[in-house]
Amino acid sequence: MPTKPPLIHVLHPGLFTTVQDLGRCGYQRFGVSVSGAMDPWALLVGNRLLGNPDRAAALEITLHGPELLFEQALTIALTGADLSPTTNGFAIPMWTVVAMQAGSRLQFGTRRQGARAYLTVAGGITGPMMLGSLSTHVRSGLGGLAGRAVKKWDQFCVGPAPRTAAQSIGRSLLERYRPRYTKSPTVRVMPGPQSDYFTDDAVQLLTSSSYRVTTESDRMGYRLEGAELPHRASAEIVSEAVCVGSLQVPSNRQPILLMADCQPTGGYAKLATMISADRSLAAQLAPGDSLSFRMISAQQASELFRSHHAELDRILPPCCS
Amino acid sequence: MIPLSEFAVTVEFGATIDLRTNELVLAFTAAVDQAGISGLLEIVPTYRSATVYFDPLLTDAVTIMKDLRALTMNATATPSRPSLTHTIPVWYGGAAGPDLPDVARHARLTPEEAGELHASVTYRVFMLGFSPGFPYLGTVPAPLATPRLPTPRKHVAAGSVGIAGSQTGIYPQASPGGWRIIGRTPVVLFSLHRRKPFLLAPGDQVQFVPIEEEEFQQLSGEQA
Repeated sequence: MPTKPPLIHVLHPGLFTTVQDLGRCGYQRFGVSVSGAMDPWALLVGNRLLGNPDRAAALEITLHGPELLFEQALTIALTGADLSPTTNGFAIPMWTVVAMQAGSRLQFGTRRQGARAYLTVAGGITGPMMLGSLSTHVRSGLGGLAGRAVKKWDQFCVGPAPRTAAQSIGRSLLERYRPRYTKSPTVRVMPGPQSDYFTDDAVQLLTSSSYRVTTESDRMGYRLEGAELPHRASAEIVSEAVCVGSLQVPSNRQPILLMADCQPTGGYAKLATMISADRSLAAQLAPGDSLSFRMISAQQASELFRSHHAELDRILPPCCS
Repeated sequence: MIPLSEFAVTVEFGATIDLRTNELVLAFTAAVDQAGISGLLEIVPTYRSATVYFDPLLTDAVTIMKDLRALTMNATATPSRPSLTHTIPVWYGGAAGPDLPDVARHARLTPEEAGELHASVTYRVFMLGFSPGFPYLGTVPAPLATPRLPTPRKHVAAGSVGIAGSQTGIYPQASPGGWRIIGRTPVVLFSLHRRKPFLLAPGDQVQFVPIEEEEFQQLSGEQA
């Protein structure tokens, strides 16, 4: 007899909570954004601690967390931002597999570090796959719960937990591997496809000052404010592909850092691309925070991509999916 | 060939919006689709370039660029498949096309003439982008080529037909947008509830047909 899938009820939605996995791959040519977790590294760590497949979906929780009721006992791990999670008054350790009792509540408090937390659950959040992914993309109404952010009285089903879930309770990411999210990180960038659209000193200007994350920043991209990045002539190009990490500069000379929900194509010149290994640092920023840039070569960026993944595989090997 | 990131490389075929460049892009895309290149994740063809996404753990930029270079050599500007022509009814002006009067003034035409002129040519789908199923169509008759709105609208209705310079396009779903809205179609461009979710594909042709509001309402009812 099939058992009832465990449920999580939303008592309070929080500021902006969405279902995210590693994103929607293969449909950008039809105008569909990749979306997925803003901080894929934090999502991967949670899934791997629990023995989930890498692609399992989780809740991405932004700045002010939701209040959730666990109808049945579930094994969870909270990764990414530390938003002071508690259950029935007790603090929940970050980056650690924890058993939630049936009837227990999960709440969040003040922002201690970072901006986006991930609630990963043994078995993963389930729901209707849309174009191969559960990731919520609000602007196109795809994924998650009818393509929207979580609201009060929503409920989530959870997939069958991996057989190893009970043994994983207490499993934790070693302190030394935990990221230190700051409010003014330096991220590395590689040259963008239109670096020649900018004056010779543009890269120097980009890398020698810091940029503020403005309030016009969301999962799609961060509008930054800082030293102006002058174009040689036009800021516009005939539309072509853009990707997460692209640093595009419209005619107002202020850069926009594209993030997970960015559209597949765009028409502004791209000065640089933030490397994947530093995406977490940017993903954990909120409006008012700032970031600085350091330029490296495309070759170095490729090597860092590999070493970053190799390190994660060494600390927490992927489980068979 | 230019790296876009550690996991993507853009192959450029030109810098302008023109038929030949776009045909080269689509022929190259078809060749890449067929080639089964190891580590390739997806390809995004646009007006004038194609961006190839790959898994840097399975391949590397140097290898993939070598694989792609061989395919660019063979890409010729011949359509890889017969192009489909889609007839798309449009209710021009009124509540459906708030910017038609401005576009008409720009073209020194009456709003009705501007709508007729827009529907008088067959457009090519150069690419899809912006949002699921959004077609970039070209090119509009020169008098109608009106720049984008200075400030984008917060809300553009689903099915809205817009103009941005020499491009015209259709918003498949309600969204913010800066194109000049001249009309609206009841045709659904993107739906997960049918076998073919995306109505249009790059290389297809689109023929707009003016309809009245009454017919629009009737057709919208049938779609729902």
